[in-house]
Amino acid sequence: MEFLVASAVGLLTAAGVYLLLRARTYPVVLGLALLSYAVNVFLFSMGRLTVNLPPVIGDAGNGYTDPLPQALVLTAIVISFGMTALIVVMALRSYLESGTDHVSIEPVDGAEGESRP
Amino acid sequence: MNHLIIFPIVLPAIVAPLIAMAMRHDIVLARVFSVAATALLLMLGIALLGAADGGAIHTYTLGNWPAPFGIVLVLDRLSALMLVLTAALSLVVLLYAINGWDTRGRHFHALFQFQLMGINGAFLTGDFFNLFVFFEVLLIASYGMMLHGGGKERVKAGVQYVIINLAGSTLFLIAVGLIYSVTGTLNMAHLATKVPLVAADDQALLKTGAVLLLLVFSVKAALVPVHFWLPGTYANAPAPVAALFAIMTKVGAYCIIRLYTLAFGDGAGDAAWLAAPWLMPAALLTLLLGMMGVLAARALGQMVSFAVIGSMGTLLIAVALFTPQAMSAALYYLIHSTLTAGALFLIVDLVTDRRPGQGDAITVAPPFAQASLVGGLFFLGAIAMAGMPPLSGFIGKLLILDSARTALNAGWIWALVLGTSLLAIVGFSRGGSTLFWKSSAQAGSFEPFPPVRPALPIVAAGLLLAGSVALTVFAGPVGLYLDATAAQLFAPSGYVDAVLGAEGGNE
Repeated sequence: MEFLVASAVGLLTAAGVYLLLRARTYPVVLGLALLSYAVNVFLFSMGRLTVNLPPVIGDAGNGYTDPLPQALVLTAIVISFGMTALIVVMALRSYLESGTDHVSIEPVDGAEGESRP
Repeated sequence: MNHLIIFPIVLPAIVAPLIAMAMRHDIVLARVFSVAATALLLMLGIALLGAADGGAIHTYTLGNWPAPFGIVLVLDRLSALMLVLTAALSLVVLLYAINGWDTRGRHFHALFQFQLMGINGAFLTGDFFNLFVFFEVLLIASYGMMLHGGGKERVKAGVQYVIINLAGSTLFLIAVGLIYSVTGTLNMAHLATKVPLVAADDQALLKTGAVLLLLVFSVKAALVPVHFWLPGTYANAPAPVAALFAIMTKVGAYCIIRLYTLAFGDGAGDAAWLAAPWLMPAALLTLLLGMMGVLAARALGQMVSFAVIGSMGTLLIAVALFTPQAMSAALYYLIHSTLTAGALFLIVDLVTDRRPGQGDAITVAPPFAQASLVGGLFFLGAIAMAGMPPLSGFIGKLLILDSARTALNAGWIWALVLGTSLLAIVGFSRGGSTLFWKSSAQAGSFEPFPPVRPALPIVAAGLLLAGSVALTVFAGPVGLYLDATAAQLFAPSGYVDAVLGAEGGNE
């Protein structure tokens, strides 16, 4: 299970970073979403991976799963969800106002920027 | 338990939704409440400063859950100082904004109060995850503030600002996760007791987490190589917002000071002072790049933004020395640079406002209204920012140079601080003489726009400069307080005992 979770985090992060570096708003939004998934899974595994254990310390003494990272993940999910909605609206607004979906501020030379129809 | 400690967070948290919901259509009422709340915040800050000045570290445990299980707020000399500085700056900025800026978009005052809530929370919290949450609160409010008024360039700069900060938040969570995985705590004081006990196998994880956190705080503090968002953001943000953002870079600096003296200081065993070797070269480069930017800037707003980067470099050079004397100098420079940067952003807006069509571009154009008055203010601000006598920038740089005398790389520090001061002087003189001096010889003039010139904005900019003058005049008493602050920072056991109880250190 460790290998599965670790490779999932790695894959999500790699894809997220790649998309982030595309410097166009749509890939960047997707990249940020992938990165936030990666972080959520990563945070989750920071409390050690356990299966079928309660999140409280019981009398039986057969171990527990750490509830704190789960609370953190919950907070992180809510925040990243809200932020994704915000960045989508801002990206749309920026595209409508400036006619290009480039993230960089400097005017781009050449025909790289897709202009608005 | 001193209940005053939570008020800097609760007060704006109550006022902001009140303004957003009940006073949405009544700008006058919103202004009254916003200014009153911020003035109250300043008084609260001064009261808390008085409480912290006794030397005791006050804690506030929410819901009376004992640390490290519950959420805890901590008030020490440093956080009290930052609260007062935030409230003072924001009150003046608000006075500037109520003169018209707040009507160019919606919900200015509500966002302003939410922003204050986030900043105050970041200064008071004694817990990592809450630091993350308050960072998000202040960032989300700042996204709204940054876009206030709209416009093509501003929205583009805003998108970039949001993206860099979302990436920063992601890194923050990864760093917090790494540190939690090897220490099992999120409480800063508890972390300080756990860091020396981390097993040798886990040291790599701990150090990776700590350095990643340094990177996150560096993004906030606009340190090279993660500074690139600042000029675009600050130069395109509405002027009062840019002036308020002068405190936001200091939030990053505050976090660096707090974390790396508390948890990764002398008592941290293998991980002791691990920030210094990364921070020092980055700070030196930041200073050089910022001041070269001042020299190269083609618009006044850009010039001030690069000056902010340069001043963050100067500040973090002193922080990276990690000695009590240098920390005291760094804090003095922090107060100075916040006030001066705020004043300069307001002055840039005064210029922009008076030159329709030209804006803040450094070009020779016909003289504009009140050019000598605005020019005089700019002259004072530039003197303070460049670090020339007699204003506070000079004393700040002097203190930093003095504290660096015995440092390992004293030669580099002295050469760069002095050399870049010259760059700043040349840059600011070029900008000022083009805008105010050469332009006064031109024929014609700008149409007055708007026809009546209110005094309040000029008073606001003047007040911040007066703060710089006061900081110079009262450098003695301020220095004493800052020396005590630095001493408190370099004796982290006091902080740990205050949060965990005297016996908490050894569980």
